[in-house]
Amino acid sequence: MLELLDFFKENILFINLLIMTSYLGFEIISKVPAVLHTPLMSGSNAISGIVIIGAIILVRQAETTDYLTLILGTIAIVLGTINVVGGHAVTNRMLEMFKNKN
Amino acid sequence: MEYIELLYIVSTILLLIGLRKLSSPATARKGNLIAASGMILAIVVSIFSPLEGNNGNYLYIFGGVSVGVLMGLFYSNKVKMTEIPELVSLFNGYGGACTVFISILEIFKFNNTTSVGMSSITYTALFVGSIAFTGSLVAYGKLSGTVKDWRSSMSSYFNLFWLVLCIGLILFQILNPALYPFLPIVILVVSLICGVSFVIPIGGADMPVVISLLNALTGIAAALAGIVYYNMVMLLGGILVGSSGAILTLIMCKSMNRSLLNVVVGGFGGASESAHGKDQGAVNETTVNDTAINLRYANNVMIIPGYGMAVAQAQKTCKELDRILSDKGVNVNYAIHPVAGRMPGHMNVLLAEADVSYSKLIDLEDANNKMSDTDVCLIVGANDVVNPSALDEPTSPIYGMPIIEVLNSKNVVVLKRGMSKGYSGIENPLFFHDKTKMLFGDAKDSIEGILSEIKTMD
Repeated sequence: MLELLDFFKENILFINLLIMTSYLGFEIISKVPAVLHTPLMSGSNAISGIVIIGAIILVRQAETTDYLTLILGTIAIVLGTINVVGGHAVTNRMLEMFKNKN
Repeated sequence: MEYIELLYIVSTILLLIGLRKLSSPATARKGNLIAASGMILAIVVSIFSPLEGNNGNYLYIFGGVSVGVLMGLFYSNKVKMTEIPELVSLFNGYGGACTVFISILEIFKFNNTTSVGMSSITYTALFVGSIAFTGSLVAYGKLSGTVKDWRSSMSSYFNLFWLVLCIGLILFQILNPALYPFLPIVILVVSLICGVSFVIPIGGADMPVVISLLNALTGIAAALAGIVYYNMVMLLGGILVGSSGAILTLIMCKSMNRSLLNVVVGGFGGASESAHGKDQGAVNETTVNDTAINLRYANNVMIIPGYGMAVAQAQKTCKELDRILSDKGVNVNYAIHPVAGRMPGHMNVLLAEADVSYSKLIDLEDANNKMSDTDVCLIVGANDVVNPSALDEPTSPIYGMPIIEVLNSKNVVVLKRGMSKGYSGIENPLFFHDKTKMLFGDAKDSIEGILSEIKTMD
Protein backbone atom coordinates (compact mmCIF):
# COMPACT_ATOMS: atom_id res chain seq x y z
CA MET A 1 0.00 0.00 0.00
CA LEU A 2 2.81 2.36 0.96
CA GLU A 3 4.53 1.55 -2.29
CA LEU A 4 1.41 2.52 -4.17
CA LEU A 5 1.34 5.87 -2.35
CA ASP A 6 4.97 6.45 -3.29
CA PHE A 7 4.09 5.72 -6.88
CA PHE A 8 1.39 8.40 -6.76
CA LYS A 9 3.80 10.84 -5.18
CA GLU A 10 6.40 10.25 -7.89
CA ASN A 11 3.83 10.69 -10.63
CA ILE A 12 1.88 13.60 -9.18
CA LEU A 13 2.44 15.65 -12.33
CA PHE A 14 0.99 12.87 -14.46
CA ILE A 15 -2.04 12.57 -12.24
CA ASN A 16 -2.69 16.30 -12.41
CA LEU A 17 -2.40 16.15 -16.18
CA LEU A 18 -4.80 13.23 -16.23
CA ILE A 19 -7.48 15.18 -14.38
CA MET A 20 -7.06 18.34 -16.46
CA THR A 21 -7.09 16.47 -19.76
CA SER A 22 -10.16 14.45 -18.79
CA TYR A 23 -11.99 17.68 -18.10
CA LEU A 24 -10.76 19.13 -21.39
CA GLY A 25 -12.09 16.10 -23.28
CA PHE A 26 -15.52 16.46 -21.66
CA GLU A 27 -15.66 20.17 -22.46
CA ILE A 28 -14.60 19.78 -26.09
CA ILE A 29 -17.19 17.14 -26.89
CA SER A 30 -20.20 18.24 -24.89
CA LYS A 31 -21.14 20.81 -27.55
CA VAL A 32 -20.97 18.57 -30.61
CA PRO A 33 -24.08 18.37 -32.87
CA ALA A 34 -25.62 14.95 -33.60
CA VAL A 35 -24.61 15.00 -37.29
CA LEU A 36 -20.99 14.79 -36.27
CA HIS A 37 -21.30 11.95 -33.78
CA THR A 38 -20.24 9.25 -36.22
CA PRO A 39 -17.27 11.15 -37.73
CA LEU A 40 -16.23 12.25 -34.26
CA MET A 41 -16.34 8.73 -32.91
CA SER A 42 -14.32 7.48 -35.84
CA GLY A 43 -11.84 10.38 -35.57
CA SER A 44 -11.27 9.94 -31.86
CA ASN A 45 -10.99 6.21 -32.44
CA ALA A 46 -8.11 6.95 -34.81
CA ILE A 47 -6.44 9.03 -32.09
CA SER A 48 -6.66 6.10 -29.66
CA GLY A 49 -4.25 4.34 -32.04
CA ILE A 50 -1.59 6.59 -30.43
CA VAL A 51 -0.75 3.48 -28.42
CA ILE A 52 1.37 2.50 -31.46
CA ILE A 53 4.10 4.73 -29.98
CA GLY A 54 4.38 2.21 -27.16
CA ALA A 55 4.80 -0.59 -29.67
CA ILE A 56 7.51 1.37 -31.51
CA ILE A 57 9.44 2.04 -28.30
CA LEU A 58 9.08 -1.63 -27.34
CA VAL A 59 10.51 -2.86 -30.64
CA ARG A 60 13.32 -0.29 -30.57
CA GLN A 61 14.38 -1.47 -27.13
CA ALA A 62 14.11 -5.19 -27.91
CA GLU A 63 17.28 -7.29 -28.20
CA THR A 64 17.95 -8.01 -31.87
CA THR A 65 17.71 -11.73 -31.15
CA ASP A 66 14.54 -11.54 -29.01
CA TYR A 67 12.27 -12.76 -31.76
CA LEU A 68 9.18 -13.15 -29.56
CA THR A 69 9.17 -9.44 -28.71
CA LEU A 70 10.16 -8.44 -32.23
CA ILE A 71 7.41 -10.43 -33.91
CA LEU A 72 4.62 -9.64 -31.44
CA GLY A 73 5.80 -6.01 -31.35
CA THR A 74 5.70 -5.80 -35.14
CA ILE A 75 2.17 -7.23 -35.17
CA ALA A 76 1.24 -4.57 -32.60
CA ILE A 77 2.74 -1.90 -34.88
CA VAL A 78 0.72 -3.19 -37.85
CA LEU A 79 -2.52 -3.21 -35.84
CA GLY A 80 -1.87 0.23 -34.36
CA THR A 81 -1.05 1.71 -37.78
CA ILE A 82 -4.25 0.28 -39.27
CA ASN A 83 -6.17 1.92 -36.42
CA VAL A 84 -4.51 5.31 -36.98
CA VAL A 85 -4.36 5.44 -40.78
CA GLY A 86 -7.66 3.68 -41.46
CA GLY A 87 -9.45 5.72 -38.79
CA HIS A 88 -8.35 9.09 -40.14
CA ALA A 89 -8.87 8.05 -43.76
CA VAL A 90 -12.42 6.83 -43.20
CA THR A 91 -13.25 9.94 -41.14
CA ASN A 92 -11.97 12.04 -44.01
CA ARG A 93 -14.13 10.12 -46.46
CA MET A 94 -17.21 10.72 -44.33
CA LEU A 95 -16.51 14.41 -43.88
CA GLU A 96 -15.78 14.88 -47.57
CA MET A 97 -19.45 14.11 -48.22
CA PHE A 98 -20.54 17.01 -46.07
CA LYS A 99 -18.16 19.34 -47.86
CA ASN A 100 -20.13 20.73 -50.80
CA LYS A 101 -23.49 20.90 -49.14
CA ASN A 102 -23.67 24.46 -47.82
CA MET B 1 16.56 15.55 -25.99
CA GLU B 2 14.69 18.74 -25.07
CA TYR B 3 13.85 19.35 -28.71
CA ILE B 4 12.19 15.96 -28.90
CA GLU B 5 9.95 16.76 -25.94
CA LEU B 6 9.09 20.02 -27.69
CA LEU B 7 7.97 18.14 -30.80
CA TYR B 8 5.80 15.88 -28.65
CA ILE B 9 4.16 18.99 -27.18
CA VAL B 10 3.50 20.32 -30.69
CA SER B 11 1.81 17.08 -31.67
CA THR B 12 -0.29 17.07 -28.48
CA ILE B 13 -1.47 20.59 -29.31
CA LEU B 14 -2.30 19.46 -32.87
CA LEU B 15 -4.41 16.59 -31.45
CA LEU B 16 -6.26 19.01 -29.18
CA ILE B 17 -6.97 21.55 -31.92
CA GLY B 18 -7.95 18.72 -34.27
CA LEU B 19 -10.47 17.25 -31.84
CA ARG B 20 -11.90 20.71 -31.12
CA LYS B 21 -12.36 21.46 -34.81
CA LEU B 22 -13.74 17.97 -35.41
CA SER B 23 -16.69 18.78 -33.20
CA SER B 24 -17.97 21.65 -35.33
CA PRO B 25 -19.52 21.02 -38.80
CA ALA B 26 -17.75 23.81 -40.68
CA THR B 27 -14.25 22.85 -39.54
CA ALA B 28 -14.60 19.10 -39.04
CA ARG B 29 -12.64 18.04 -42.10
CA LYS B 30 -9.76 20.36 -41.33
CA GLY B 31 -9.86 19.13 -37.73
CA ASN B 32 -9.43 15.53 -38.83
CA LEU B 33 -6.44 16.47 -40.98
CA ILE B 34 -4.87 18.48 -38.15
CA ALA B 35 -5.32 15.55 -35.75
CA ALA B 36 -3.85 13.20 -38.37
CA SER B 37 -0.78 15.44 -38.79
CA GLY B 38 -0.37 15.47 -35.01
CA MET B 39 -0.44 11.68 -35.03
CA ILE B 40 2.10 11.45 -37.85
CA LEU B 41 4.42 13.88 -36.08
CA ALA B 42 4.17 11.92 -32.82
CA ILE B 43 4.87 8.61 -34.58
CA VAL B 44 7.84 10.00 -36.54
CA VAL B 45 9.30 11.49 -33.36
CA SER B 46 8.88 8.19 -31.52
CA ILE B 47 10.76 6.38 -34.29
CA PHE B 48 13.73 8.77 -34.51
CA SER B 49 14.03 10.23 -31.02
CA PRO B 50 17.07 9.29 -28.92
CA LEU B 51 16.14 6.36 -26.71
CA GLU B 52 17.85 4.61 -23.84
CA GLY B 53 18.66 1.01 -24.79
CA ASN B 54 17.92 1.61 -28.46
CA ASN B 55 18.69 -1.45 -30.57
CA GLY B 56 17.35 -0.09 -33.83
CA ASN B 57 15.29 -2.91 -35.31
CA TYR B 58 14.13 -0.40 -37.91
CA LEU B 59 13.44 -3.11 -40.43
CA TYR B 60 10.64 -4.40 -38.21
CA ILE B 61 9.30 -0.93 -37.47
CA PHE B 62 9.21 0.29 -41.06
CA GLY B 63 7.90 -3.05 -42.25
CA GLY B 64 5.08 -2.95 -39.67
CA VAL B 65 4.18 0.66 -40.40
CA SER B 66 4.14 0.11 -44.18
CA VAL B 67 1.91 -2.94 -43.94
CA GLY B 68 -0.38 -1.07 -41.52
CA VAL B 69 -0.63 1.99 -43.79
CA LEU B 70 -1.51 -0.14 -46.83
CA MET B 71 -4.10 -2.20 -44.95
CA GLY B 72 -5.61 0.88 -43.27
CA LEU B 73 -6.01 2.68 -46.60
CA PHE B 74 -7.36 -0.47 -48.23
CA TYR B 75 -10.03 -1.00 -45.55
CA SER B 76 -11.11 2.63 -45.47
CA ASN B 77 -11.38 3.00 -49.26
CA LYS B 78 -13.20 -0.25 -49.76
CA VAL B 79 -15.87 0.15 -47.08
CA LYS B 80 -19.43 1.08 -48.00
CA MET B 81 -20.84 3.99 -46.05
CA THR B 82 -23.54 1.74 -44.59
CA GLU B 83 -20.82 -0.38 -43.03
CA ILE B 84 -19.01 2.43 -41.22
CA PRO B 85 -20.14 1.35 -37.73
CA GLU B 86 -18.67 -2.13 -38.26
CA LEU B 87 -15.41 -0.68 -39.52
CA VAL B 88 -15.03 1.74 -36.60
CA SER B 89 -15.63 -1.18 -34.29
CA LEU B 90 -13.01 -3.28 -36.08
CA PHE B 91 -10.41 -0.48 -36.00
CA ASN B 92 -11.12 -0.02 -32.32
CA GLY B 93 -10.50 -3.72 -31.79
CA TYR B 94 -7.11 -3.39 -33.51
CA GLY B 95 -6.18 -0.49 -31.23
CA GLY B 96 -7.17 -2.61 -28.24
CA ALA B 97 -5.13 -5.56 -29.56
CA CYS B 98 -2.09 -3.31 -29.93
CA THR B 99 -2.37 -2.41 -26.24
CA VAL B 100 -2.78 -6.06 -25.31
CA PHE B 101 0.41 -7.05 -27.17
CA ILE B 102 2.58 -4.34 -25.68
CA SER B 103 1.32 -4.72 -22.12
CA ILE B 104 1.80 -8.50 -22.08
CA LEU B 105 5.32 -8.07 -23.48
CA GLU B 106 6.06 -5.44 -20.84
CA ILE B 107 4.77 -7.83 -18.18
CA PHE B 108 7.22 -10.51 -19.40
CA LYS B 109 10.01 -7.99 -18.83
CA PHE B 110 9.06 -7.45 -15.16
CA ASN B 111 11.68 -8.32 -12.57
CA ASN B 112 12.01 -7.86 -8.83
CA THR B 113 12.82 -4.16 -9.16
CA THR B 114 9.46 -3.47 -10.80
CA SER B 115 7.34 -1.29 -8.51
CA VAL B 116 3.82 -2.24 -7.45
CA GLY B 117 2.53 0.95 -9.04
CA MET B 118 4.07 0.11 -12.40
CA SER B 119 2.79 -3.46 -12.42
CA SER B 120 -0.71 -2.32 -11.33
CA ILE B 121 -0.87 0.09 -14.23
CA THR B 122 0.46 -2.42 -16.77
CA TYR B 123 -2.02 -5.08 -15.66
CA THR B 124 -4.86 -2.55 -15.78
CA ALA B 125 -3.80 -1.61 -19.31
CA LEU B 126 -3.81 -5.30 -20.24
CA PHE B 127 -7.26 -5.78 -18.72
CA VAL B 128 -8.87 -2.68 -20.27
CA GLY B 129 -7.18 -3.28 -23.63
CA SER B 130 -8.39 -6.89 -23.72
CA ILE B 131 -12.00 -5.89 -23.07
CA ALA B 132 -11.76 -3.26 -25.80
CA PHE B 133 -10.21 -5.83 -28.15
CA THR B 134 -12.59 -8.80 -27.86
CA GLY B 135 -15.58 -6.57 -27.07
CA SER B 136 -15.05 -4.66 -30.33
CA LEU B 137 -14.69 -7.86 -32.31
CA VAL B 138 -18.00 -9.18 -30.91
CA ALA B 139 -19.64 -5.80 -31.66
CA TYR B 140 -18.23 -6.03 -35.20
CA GLY B 141 -19.67 -9.52 -35.56
CA LYS B 142 -23.08 -8.40 -34.32
CA LEU B 143 -23.27 -5.42 -36.65
CA SER B 144 -22.20 -7.45 -39.66
CA GLY B 145 -24.70 -10.15 -38.70
CA THR B 146 -22.28 -13.02 -38.05
CA VAL B 147 -22.71 -13.07 -34.26
CA LYS B 148 -26.22 -13.48 -32.91
CA ASP B 149 -27.49 -12.04 -29.63
CA TRP B 150 -27.08 -14.52 -26.88
CA ARG B 151 -28.51 -13.76 -23.51
CA SER B 152 -29.94 -15.62 -20.59
CA SER B 153 -31.15 -14.39 -17.24
CA MET B 154 -27.74 -15.46 -15.96
CA SER B 155 -25.73 -13.13 -18.24
CA SER B 156 -25.10 -10.49 -15.60
CA TYR B 157 -23.88 -13.15 -13.18
CA PHE B 158 -21.49 -14.56 -15.78
CA ASN B 159 -20.14 -11.06 -16.34
CA LEU B 160 -19.72 -10.50 -12.65
CA PHE B 161 -18.00 -13.86 -12.24
CA TRP B 162 -15.41 -13.20 -14.96
CA LEU B 163 -14.86 -9.64 -13.73
CA VAL B 164 -14.30 -10.66 -10.11
CA LEU B 165 -12.09 -13.57 -11.15
CA CYS B 166 -9.98 -11.31 -13.33
CA ILE B 167 -9.55 -8.55 -10.75
CA GLY B 168 -8.78 -11.17 -8.08
CA LEU B 169 -6.10 -12.78 -10.25
CA ILE B 170 -4.56 -9.41 -11.07
CA LEU B 171 -4.41 -8.39 -7.40
CA PHE B 172 -2.90 -11.75 -6.48
CA GLN B 173 -0.31 -11.47 -9.22
CA ILE B 174 0.67 -7.91 -8.31
CA LEU B 175 1.18 -8.86 -4.67
CA ASN B 176 2.96 -12.16 -5.43
CA PRO B 177 4.72 -11.43 -8.72
CA ALA B 178 7.13 -14.37 -8.90
CA LEU B 179 4.94 -17.15 -7.56
CA TYR B 180 3.37 -18.50 -10.76
CA PRO B 181 5.14 -17.56 -14.00
CA PHE B 182 2.18 -18.66 -16.14
CA LEU B 183 -0.35 -16.48 -14.29
CA PRO B 184 0.01 -13.45 -16.63
CA ILE B 185 -1.19 -15.66 -19.49
CA VAL B 186 -4.18 -16.82 -17.42
CA ILE B 187 -4.97 -13.17 -16.66
CA LEU B 188 -4.74 -12.36 -20.37
CA VAL B 189 -7.15 -15.16 -21.28
CA VAL B 190 -9.65 -14.27 -18.55
CA SER B 191 -9.51 -10.59 -19.57
CA LEU B 192 -10.24 -11.55 -23.18
CA ILE B 193 -13.21 -13.65 -22.02
CA CYS B 194 -14.45 -10.66 -19.98
CA GLY B 195 -14.68 -8.61 -23.18
CA VAL B 196 -16.69 -11.29 -24.98
CA SER B 197 -19.04 -11.93 -22.09
CA PHE B 198 -19.55 -8.18 -21.62
CA VAL B 199 -20.76 -7.49 -25.16
CA ILE B 200 -22.42 -10.73 -26.19
CA PRO B 201 -25.69 -10.31 -24.20
CA ILE B 202 -26.19 -6.68 -25.27
CA GLY B 203 -28.81 -6.27 -27.98
CA GLY B 204 -27.81 -5.10 -31.45
CA ALA B 205 -29.86 -1.91 -31.06
CA ASP B 206 -27.51 -0.79 -28.33
CA MET B 207 -24.30 -1.41 -30.32
CA PRO B 208 -23.67 2.31 -31.02
CA VAL B 209 -23.50 2.98 -27.30
CA VAL B 210 -21.30 -0.05 -26.78
CA ILE B 211 -18.88 0.92 -29.56
CA SER B 212 -18.59 4.40 -28.15
CA LEU B 213 -17.91 2.94 -24.71
CA LEU B 214 -15.31 0.51 -26.07
CA ASN B 215 -13.68 3.39 -27.92
CA ALA B 216 -13.38 5.24 -24.60
CA LEU B 217 -11.84 2.10 -23.08
CA THR B 218 -9.22 1.88 -25.84
CA GLY B 219 -8.35 5.49 -25.08
CA ILE B 220 -7.97 4.72 -21.38
CA ALA B 221 -5.80 1.68 -22.16
CA ALA B 222 -3.60 3.86 -24.38
CA ALA B 223 -3.30 6.43 -21.60
CA LEU B 224 -2.27 3.73 -19.11
CA ALA B 225 0.34 2.48 -21.57
CA GLY B 226 1.47 6.12 -21.78
CA ILE B 227 2.24 6.03 -18.06
CA VAL B 228 4.16 2.76 -18.52
CA TYR B 229 6.36 4.35 -21.21
CA TYR B 230 6.41 7.75 -19.52
CA ASN B 231 5.15 9.24 -22.76
CA MET B 232 3.10 12.45 -22.67
CA VAL B 233 1.47 12.18 -26.11
CA MET B 234 0.20 8.69 -25.37
CA LEU B 235 -1.13 9.79 -22.01
CA LEU B 236 -2.84 12.95 -23.24
CA GLY B 237 -4.14 11.48 -26.50
CA GLY B 238 -5.49 8.46 -24.67
CA ILE B 239 -7.21 10.49 -21.98
CA LEU B 240 -8.73 12.83 -24.57
CA VAL B 241 -10.24 9.84 -26.35
CA GLY B 242 -11.28 8.29 -23.04
CA SER B 243 -13.11 11.34 -21.77
CA SER B 244 -14.61 12.41 -25.09
CA GLY B 245 -15.73 8.81 -25.70
CA ALA B 246 -17.29 8.69 -22.24
CA ILE B 247 -19.25 11.90 -22.78
CA LEU B 248 -20.35 10.78 -26.26
CA THR B 249 -21.59 7.52 -24.72
CA LEU B 250 -23.64 9.44 -22.18
CA ILE B 251 -25.06 11.75 -24.87
CA MET B 252 -26.19 8.67 -26.80
CA CYS B 253 -27.78 7.09 -23.73
CA LYS B 254 -29.58 10.34 -23.04
CA SER B 255 -31.07 10.47 -26.53
CA MET B 256 -32.51 6.99 -25.93
CA ASN B 257 -33.67 8.04 -22.45
CA ARG B 258 -31.82 5.18 -20.81
CA SER B 259 -29.04 4.96 -18.31
CA LEU B 260 -25.71 3.42 -19.21
CA LEU B 261 -26.26 0.75 -16.57
CA ASN B 262 -29.57 -0.14 -18.17
CA VAL B 263 -27.87 -0.60 -21.55
CA VAL B 264 -25.08 -2.74 -20.12
CA VAL B 265 -27.09 -4.88 -17.72
CA GLY B 266 -30.59 -5.14 -19.17
CA GLY B 267 -30.98 -5.33 -22.94
CA PHE B 268 -34.24 -4.54 -24.70
CA GLY B 269 -34.84 -8.10 -25.74
CA GLY B 270 -35.61 -9.77 -22.43
CA ALA B 271 -38.18 -7.36 -21.09
CA SER B 272 -40.44 -6.93 -24.10
CA GLU B 273 -43.24 -9.30 -23.23
CA SER B 274 -45.73 -6.63 -22.18
CA ALA B 275 -47.26 -5.88 -25.57
CA HIS B 276 -47.67 -9.55 -26.37
CA GLY B 277 -51.04 -11.23 -26.19
CA LYS B 278 -52.80 -7.94 -26.79
CA ASP B 279 -54.82 -8.11 -29.98
CA GLN B 280 -53.22 -5.57 -32.26
CA GLY B 281 -55.89 -5.73 -34.96
CA ALA B 282 -55.21 -5.83 -38.67
CA VAL B 283 -52.88 -3.70 -40.72
CA ASN B 284 -53.95 -1.52 -43.64
CA GLU B 285 -51.98 -2.49 -46.68
CA THR B 286 -51.50 0.00 -49.47
CA THR B 287 -50.12 -0.08 -53.01
CA VAL B 288 -47.31 1.68 -54.82
CA ASN B 289 -49.86 3.51 -56.92
CA ASP B 290 -51.83 4.88 -53.95
CA THR B 291 -48.68 5.96 -52.19
CA ALA B 292 -47.47 7.75 -55.31
CA ILE B 293 -50.74 9.69 -55.58
CA ASN B 294 -50.60 10.45 -51.88
CA LEU B 295 -47.10 11.88 -52.14
CA ARG B 296 -47.60 13.74 -55.41
CA TYR B 297 -50.59 15.73 -54.16
CA ALA B 298 -49.22 16.51 -50.71
CA ASN B 299 -47.84 19.92 -49.75
CA ASN B 300 -45.43 18.78 -47.10
CA VAL B 301 -43.75 15.38 -47.01
CA MET B 302 -41.51 14.16 -44.20
CA ILE B 303 -39.21 11.21 -44.88
CA ILE B 304 -38.16 9.29 -41.76
CA PRO B 305 -35.17 7.08 -42.51
CA GLY B 306 -33.96 4.22 -40.34
CA TYR B 307 -31.56 1.33 -40.57
CA GLY B 308 -33.82 -0.34 -43.16
CA MET B 309 -32.86 2.43 -45.58
CA ALA B 310 -29.21 1.60 -45.07
CA VAL B 311 -29.81 -2.12 -45.54
CA ALA B 312 -31.81 -1.61 -48.73
CA GLN B 313 -29.22 0.95 -49.95
CA ALA B 314 -32.21 3.19 -50.64
CA GLN B 315 -30.64 6.58 -49.84
CA LYS B 316 -29.97 7.53 -53.48
CA THR B 317 -33.47 6.47 -54.53
CA CYS B 318 -34.83 8.53 -51.64
CA LYS B 319 -32.93 11.53 -52.89
CA GLU B 320 -34.32 10.93 -56.40
CA LEU B 321 -37.87 10.82 -54.99
CA ASP B 322 -37.13 14.00 -53.10
CA ARG B 323 -35.88 15.70 -56.30
CA ILE B 324 -38.89 14.71 -58.42
CA LEU B 325 -41.38 15.71 -55.72
CA SER B 326 -39.59 19.02 -55.16
CA ASP B 327 -39.72 19.72 -58.91
CA LYS B 328 -43.46 19.27 -58.72
CA GLY B 329 -43.73 21.74 -55.86
CA VAL B 330 -43.90 19.37 -52.91
CA ASN B 331 -41.90 20.40 -49.89
CA VAL B 332 -39.76 17.42 -48.77
CA ASN B 333 -37.80 17.18 -45.53
CA TYR B 334 -36.06 14.43 -43.61
CA ALA B 335 -36.67 13.87 -39.91
CA ILE B 336 -33.54 12.47 -38.28
CA HIS B 337 -33.87 10.75 -34.94
CA PRO B 338 -30.60 10.98 -33.01
CA VAL B 339 -30.28 7.20 -32.71
CA ALA B 340 -31.75 6.15 -36.06
CA GLY B 341 -29.50 3.61 -37.73
CA ARG B 342 -26.68 1.85 -35.99
CA MET B 343 -24.75 4.90 -34.92
CA PRO B 344 -25.68 8.45 -33.99
CA GLY B 345 -25.39 10.56 -37.10
CA HIS B 346 -25.40 7.44 -39.30
CA MET B 347 -28.40 8.68 -41.31
CA ASN B 348 -26.78 12.06 -41.85
CA VAL B 349 -23.71 10.40 -43.31
CA LEU B 350 -25.78 8.20 -45.64
CA LEU B 351 -28.00 11.04 -46.86
CA ALA B 352 -24.96 13.27 -47.33
CA GLU B 353 -23.49 10.52 -49.50
CA ALA B 354 -26.63 10.70 -51.62
CA ASP B 355 -26.20 14.50 -51.95
CA VAL B 356 -29.20 15.47 -49.84
CA SER B 357 -28.92 19.11 -48.80
CA TYR B 358 -27.92 19.73 -45.22
CA SER B 359 -30.82 22.13 -44.65
CA LYS B 360 -33.37 19.40 -45.38
CA LEU B 361 -32.25 17.29 -42.44
CA ILE B 362 -34.42 18.23 -39.49
CA ASP B 363 -33.73 17.09 -35.96
CA LEU B 364 -36.20 15.39 -33.66
CA GLU B 365 -37.63 18.42 -31.90
CA ASP B 366 -38.14 20.58 -35.00
CA ALA B 367 -39.60 17.61 -36.85
CA ASN B 368 -42.18 17.07 -34.13
CA ASN B 369 -43.10 20.77 -34.22
CA LYS B 370 -43.71 20.47 -37.96
CA MET B 371 -45.82 17.33 -37.74
CA SER B 372 -49.23 19.02 -37.68
CA ASP B 373 -48.44 20.68 -41.04
CA THR B 374 -47.12 17.49 -42.57
CA ASP B 375 -49.40 15.74 -45.05
CA VAL B 376 -47.50 12.49 -45.45
CA CYS B 377 -44.89 10.87 -43.27
CA LEU B 378 -42.94 8.32 -45.31
CA ILE B 379 -41.16 5.93 -42.97
CA VAL B 380 -38.28 4.22 -44.75
CA GLY B 381 -37.03 1.32 -42.68
CA ALA B 382 -37.37 3.00 -39.27
CA ASN B 383 -39.15 1.21 -36.47
CA ASP B 384 -38.26 1.81 -32.83
CA VAL B 385 -37.70 5.55 -33.31
CA VAL B 386 -41.37 5.98 -34.37
CA ASN B 387 -42.88 3.52 -31.89
CA PRO B 388 -45.72 5.28 -30.01
CA SER B 389 -45.38 2.82 -27.10
CA ALA B 390 -42.58 5.10 -25.95
CA LEU B 391 -45.22 7.76 -25.27
CA ASP B 392 -48.24 5.93 -23.90
CA GLU B 393 -47.28 2.41 -22.79
CA PRO B 394 -45.58 2.65 -19.38
CA THR B 395 -44.78 -1.07 -19.37
CA SER B 396 -42.88 -0.83 -22.64
CA PRO B 397 -39.10 -1.14 -22.34
CA ILE B 398 -38.65 1.97 -24.47
CA TYR B 399 -41.20 4.02 -22.50
CA GLY B 400 -39.91 7.57 -22.15
CA MET B 401 -37.60 7.51 -25.17
CA PRO B 402 -38.24 10.59 -27.34
CA ILE B 403 -39.68 9.51 -30.69
CA ILE B 404 -40.71 11.15 -33.95
CA GLU B 405 -44.45 11.61 -33.40
CA VAL B 406 -45.63 10.69 -36.88
CA LEU B 407 -49.25 10.16 -35.77
CA ASN B 408 -49.60 13.94 -35.44
CA SER B 409 -49.29 14.22 -39.21
CA LYS B 410 -52.18 13.62 -41.61
CA ASN B 411 -51.04 10.35 -43.21
CA VAL B 412 -48.43 7.77 -42.35
CA VAL B 413 -46.96 5.37 -44.91
CA VAL B 414 -44.55 2.72 -43.69
CA LEU B 415 -42.14 1.03 -46.11
CA LYS B 416 -41.26 -2.29 -44.57
CA ARG B 417 -40.00 -5.65 -45.70
CA GLY B 418 -42.46 -7.66 -43.58
CA MET B 419 -44.14 -7.67 -40.21
CA SER B 420 -40.98 -8.45 -38.28
CA LYS B 421 -40.24 -6.48 -35.13
CA GLY B 422 -37.64 -3.76 -34.88
CA TYR B 423 -34.09 -4.37 -33.81
CA SER B 424 -35.12 -4.03 -30.18
CA GLY B 425 -37.67 -6.83 -30.62
CA ILE B 426 -40.63 -4.73 -29.48
CA GLU B 427 -44.08 -4.74 -31.11
CA ASN B 428 -44.89 -1.46 -32.81
CA PRO B 429 -48.57 -0.40 -32.44
CA LEU B 430 -47.96 2.26 -35.09
CA PHE B 431 -48.28 -0.40 -37.79
CA PHE B 432 -51.77 -1.30 -36.59
CA HIS B 433 -53.01 2.27 -36.26
CA ASP B 434 -55.93 3.49 -38.41
CA LYS B 435 -53.85 6.31 -39.84
CA THR B 436 -51.02 4.02 -40.93
CA LYS B 437 -50.73 2.38 -44.31
CA MET B 438 -48.17 -0.37 -44.84
CA LEU B 439 -46.33 -0.78 -48.12
CA PHE B 440 -44.56 -4.13 -47.93
CA GLY B 441 -41.42 -4.93 -49.89
CA ASP B 442 -37.79 -3.92 -50.23
CA ALA B 443 -37.61 -0.18 -49.55
CA LYS B 444 -35.53 0.54 -52.64
CA ASP B 445 -37.87 -1.39 -54.98
CA SER B 446 -40.92 0.28 -53.44
CA ILE B 447 -39.50 3.78 -53.85
CA GLU B 448 -38.45 3.02 -57.42
CA GLY B 449 -42.02 1.90 -58.09
CA ILE B 450 -43.39 5.08 -56.55
CA LEU B 451 -40.93 7.10 -58.63
CA SER B 452 -42.04 5.69 -61.95
CA GLU B 453 -45.69 6.25 -60.99
CA ILE B 454 -45.06 9.87 -60.03
CA LYS B 455 -43.18 10.50 -63.28
CA THR B 456 -46.36 9.68 -65.22
CA MET B 457 -48.43 12.24 -63.29
CA ASP B 458 -48.39 15.98 -63.87
